[in-house]
This record gives sequence, structure tokens and C-alpha cells, in this order.
Amino acid sequence: MKIAIASGKGGTGKTTLSTNLSAFLAEKSDVVLVDLDVEEPNSGLFIKGELIKTEDRFKMIPKWDEFKCEICGVCESVCNFNAILALGKTINIFPELCHGCYACSELCPKQALPMIEKKMGVLNHFKNGKINFIESRLIIGEEQAVPLISQTKNYVDNNFNEDIIKIYDSPPGTSCPVVEAVKDSDFVILVTEPTPFGLHDLKLAVETMRVMGNRFGVVINRFGIGNNDVIDYCKKENIVLLAKIPNDRKIAEAYSRGELLYKNIPEVKNELVKIETYLSGPLKNE
Amino acid sequence: MNRTKEIVVISGKGGTGKTSITASFAYLGGSEVVVTDCDVDAADMHLLLQPDFKVSEDFYSGWIAEINQDECAQCGECADICRFDAIPVIEGKYTVEPLSCEGCGYCALVCPANAIEMKEANVGKWFVSDTKLKSLMVHAKLNIGSDNSGKLVTKIKNEAKSIAESEGKKIVLVDGSPGIGCPVVSSITGADFVVLVTEPTVSGIHDLKRVYEIVKKFNIPAGCIINKYDINPKINTSIIEFLQKENILYLSGLPYDETFTKAMTNGKTIVEFSNGYLKEKIEESWDKILIELNKR
Amino acid sequence: MKIAFTSKGTNWESQIDPRFGRTEYFLIYDDQKDEIIPIDNSGIAEEAHGAGPKAAKTIFDNGATILITGNGPGGNAETILKKTGISVYVGAAGSTVKEAYEKYKKGELNKL
Repeated sequence: MKIAIASGKGGTGKTTLSTNLSAFLAEKSDVVLVDLDVEEPNSGLFIKGELIKTEDRFKMIPKWDEFKCEICGVCESVCNFNAILALGKTINIFPELCHGCYACSELCPKQALPMIEKKMGVLNHFKNGKINFIESRLIIGEEQAVPLISQTKNYVDNNFNEDIIKIYDSPPGTSCPVVEAVKDSDFVILVTEPTPFGLHDLKLAVETMRVMGNRFGVVINRFGIGNNDVIDYCKKENIVLLAKIPNDRKIAEAYSRGELLYKNIPEVKNELVKIETYLSGPLKNE
Repeated sequence: MNRTKEIVVISGKGGTGKTSITASFAYLGGSEVVVTDCDVDAADMHLLLQPDFKVSEDFYSGWIAEINQDECAQCGECADICRFDAIPVIEGKYTVEPLSCEGCGYCALVCPANAIEMKEANVGKWFVSDTKLKSLMVHAKLNIGSDNSGKLVTKIKNEAKSIAESEGKKIVLVDGSPGIGCPVVSSITGADFVVLVTEPTVSGIHDLKRVYEIVKKFNIPAGCIINKYDINPKINTSIIEFLQKENILYLSGLPYDETFTKAMTNGKTIVEFSNGYLKEKIEESWDKILIELNKR
Repeated sequence: MKIAFTSKGTNWESQIDPRFGRTEYFLIYDDQKDEIIPIDNSGIAEEAHGAGPKAAKTIFDNGATILITGNGPGGNAETILKKTGISVYVGAAGSTVKEAYEKYKKGELNKL
């Protein structure tokens, strides 16, 4: 089962929920936690484990074979990303702009642009008890998150059984990395806060889920601040509200120290129980 | 020394209070400030500044392939060469899936029937508004699933700068994009001063250091506000040490205070809503920033 | 020889544009013919990515061997300019094109 944890607004508590929920579920069964916020993965601050594998991740870019090249300029004219420039007697490639479409390579009349691998990120696989924690990180300067997110999901599909519960900590927002992270999940948990910013961005996230056709529900974090507009919205839109994690200074303090919350704070644990009940009950049965 | 100056507020990590603080600065700056909301993925400033969206423009960036089904011979060449699995067969017809299409144009080049056209992708809208503060605001909304390349951010920043120059406004105040990617780089380019908003948590300090790497590369002077500074004195101290080491101006520490959210819930900036310590500290920060700006 | 200026307008009195890849215009001055030709860079300036290298190509194709600008080119453009042997002089922002040319001749600009 694949559960994605997303939000419109940043800072609502995606990582807090992903890490706590994973650790909680892992007390009884195997769990795979996957941090797909590849620009800025943070789950590793809260979940530690033994590094069992580290893999470089590559994207494909063209490489110029100057001996075969006739400087016809077709490569430059077919590239929609300005990643390849014919200048005088040289062909210049800008790897960070390349989207790996292969057009220049396959349309070159002289086969002078073979595609080669370029490292764009690193995938780390940690293990701690029943948790397998996968974290991917883009190397500095690499702009495109989508290919690394996609490859990380493939790694998980290839290395773990379908039955094992997988929790995907997604990047925030509604742009294409989020779409990539969340697609083909069985269920998406949207984390929000009960404030005007939270509600506004929740609506964007809900719209995204509906466009993508994903099943989803809402968890309210820092419940107690703000107002009840988010609750009213969920009721009106028939969106299942899975849990309400309370607002509490001691929770903020524990979080600030990098601690998992549910172990020492029963109010948080109760909410995780509600989520677990929904995932193993009503969701499974649908 | 009288040219328009630009202040950009960023945070690395989301949820530190960047937008709320920027909105307060907008209030303090009044009509002398052109406000720019560069968090185009999930823009929130308008909830506090009530802009009137008087001008609205479509924004295009990149391309999307479109198959003309009347011309299409259903040969599947396009689907074969597409590296992004963006041309599935739907109801027996090859169809481009807009959310997956990268706009590379390869399919259009190989189609033997010339049935594929590359259309400019409408990725969002940008707006120019008057705010309730009688200042001008430039903001945008990115469409769902769009590529947030930073181009829209660049566009609205350029518009804001143009407007400021032609209206004789002294300051462009930018609510920067969250994270550390292209939109953030686009937010920071051309800034005279960067304000980093952080919190004393393991995530906060981690992301602060990462985002500062970018600021450092651009050689822009920076200041820092530590929000909820009192929830973790140890990390608060680490952050202050980091600021000293990197020559980042320590603007203020804001205490953990429900007023922050209460103000937002009431549709007001903090400095409008409260009269206490928070307001004082934010005003103090703004004054310090203005002093730094005048040095350049 | 030909000198390229990044400019906000089309003549000697125009302000230098501090940007390179997204400059509004390039002015190409041929000092042998004493002729100045403006090139509209708006097409390139609108590109999401890769504006710098394209701009570098523009001035290279126009035969410039010297570039006078404000802030200087970004990483990729700088690489291209180095390859083509075009010398880059920065620090001209705040001047008109005419003033920038005078500064260049007096050696008052910084060579990258």
C-alpha cells in the first residue's frame, strides 16, 4: 500500500507526520519510509538507521563527439531547452538545462551525440528495526527534481514487496515534483494547519488531487490555533478528516530537538491510532 | 543612492513565518513599497494585504505537445520516442498527457503526418494590484502541476522593479520562494539585502545553512530573524553563532507567541493587530534593514 | 574591431543594462566604420533558461571581440565567452553607453 503525505503549504507538518506515522506503524509491521523532497530531504533528522546501501543516481545527457560532427547545427535547432549551442567550430552542452529527451542525439545525422550518464543525485537506504528508510538528494546545481523522484519510486518498487506499507514524504506545493511524487499512490494524506494560509493552500492541494484522480484525506496539525474554517471546508466538500494533532508548545519543543513525538506525547499517539485505523479499515475495504 | 532598492525575504524551510513577517514589513513600509509575492506555487500574502487584482495577465513558459486527431495516423511513432511516457493510448487514440509532457518537441519533429503541434504552455497568471495599504503589489498564481522554473518569479520581480522605478517607489519588498531551488535563485537575483527567517529547530538550522549557501554565492548582505527563538535555547545559540561566523546581521528573535497566528486568522499583519513585544521586535528589524539598505 | 555593449536603449545616450543574458539590447560598435548597430535581445531575454549562452552566441556571430557590461555574465555564458576569446569588461552600470566607452578607453573598467 502506498500512502503519500503532501500539503499545499510548506511547514504544515508533512515530515513530522511521515516520520512519526512510520515509526509508529513499524512497531508492529514492516514499513518503508521514502523522503521524496529531494531538494531538501529532512526526514533523516528524525529517523536514524544503519546505512545499508548508497547509490549514485544518473540522468542521461548528450556528449559531443567532435570527430564525427559536421557542425550542421541540427542539435541546437531541435533543443527546446537551450541546452546545446553551436558556436563557431564547437558544440557546447549545458547539462543542467538538459531534460534528457534524446532528440539531439537521435536526430544527429552523424551520430555525433551519444547519450551518457551524468550523476544528478544520491539515493541512500537506511534500516532501523522494521523501518526501511530511503532518502534521495539532488546534488547541488541540479535543478530537476522529477527524474530523481521517479527513479527513487522505481527503486522502492523493485526492492520491496507490494504488501508492505510505503509512506512517501512529498515536497510541498502543487508543482510537477509533487505531481510526480504523489501519482499512483493508493491514498494521499494532506497535512494542513487550521489557519487562513493553511485553508487557502489546502484548497490548491485538493484541486491537484482531484485533477490527478487521487484518493485523499486531511490531517490537521497544530489544531487549536486559527479557526474552524478548515473543518467546515472538509465537511462541506465531503473530505475525510483523519486526525487532528493538537497545538502545544511542548510538541514544538520536542520537534525542535529532532525527537519523535508520539512516544512521549499521548495526544499525538491517539491521532496516529486514528490514522492507522482508517488505513487498515475503511481504506482497505473500499 | 536614490535608486530603487530590493529586499528579499526567504526561509529555506516552510512554515517559519516568512510571509507573515514580510506582510508586516509591507505594512511598515506603506505606500513607498512595491510588494512582490514570489511564492507562486502557494501564494498567501494576498490573504493579509487584500489586493484588488486590477491587472491580470496570462503567463506562458515552455511548450505542450498537442495531437490533431484528424490528421493523426495512429502510427505510435510519437509514443515510441517519448522519454517521458507522456503519450498514452486513451480510448484507442494516442493522446498527450499534459501533466507528463515536458515540451521537448521531439514527437512533433518525428510525426510522419505532421499532426503534432507544440503550443505555448499557459502555466499561470500574474497580477498587479493595489493593496489595502495603498501600496502596489505584483503577484502570481502558478497552475497545478506546472514547472516552477523560476521564470514566473523572474517575470514578476522584473515587473515590480519596473513599476517601482516608474512610480518613484523606494523599495521593492519580495516574499521569496520557499526551498532552495531555481525559484529561490530567481527570487534572490538582484537583491540589495536578503532577510532569512528561521526557527531554532533541527530542520530550521539545517535548511538555513543550505539556503545561505545560495545567498553567499551571490554575495548579497543578509540579516536573520529567528522566529519562536525560545522553544530551543541550545539551537538558538547555535544559529546565532552561525550568524556571527558568516557575518549575517542578527535582526531579532521573536518569541513563540499565539498572536502570530491570531493576527493572520483575523486577516491582519502582526503589526496592525498587536501592540506588544512582537510588534516592537518586527519594527526594530525593519529599522535595522532600512539602515543597511541606506549604506549601499 | 567590434565592441558589444549591453544596453537599455538603441543609441549612445542609452543607459548600460547591468545584465548580460537578459539585457534589452546589444549595441555593436564598429570602431573602423564608426558605426553603431542595435540588436534587440528581447527574444532571448524571455527564455526561461539558457539566455546567457544564447546572448554570447549573438555577439560572437556579430563579430564582437570585446564586451562592455554591468554585472557580468553568469557561469555558462562566461564559459562560452572565454571559448570565443571575447574579452569582458564589467563595472559600466550607471553610465550611458557613450560614458562606458570613454571609461573603457581610459582603462577605468574591470577586465574579467
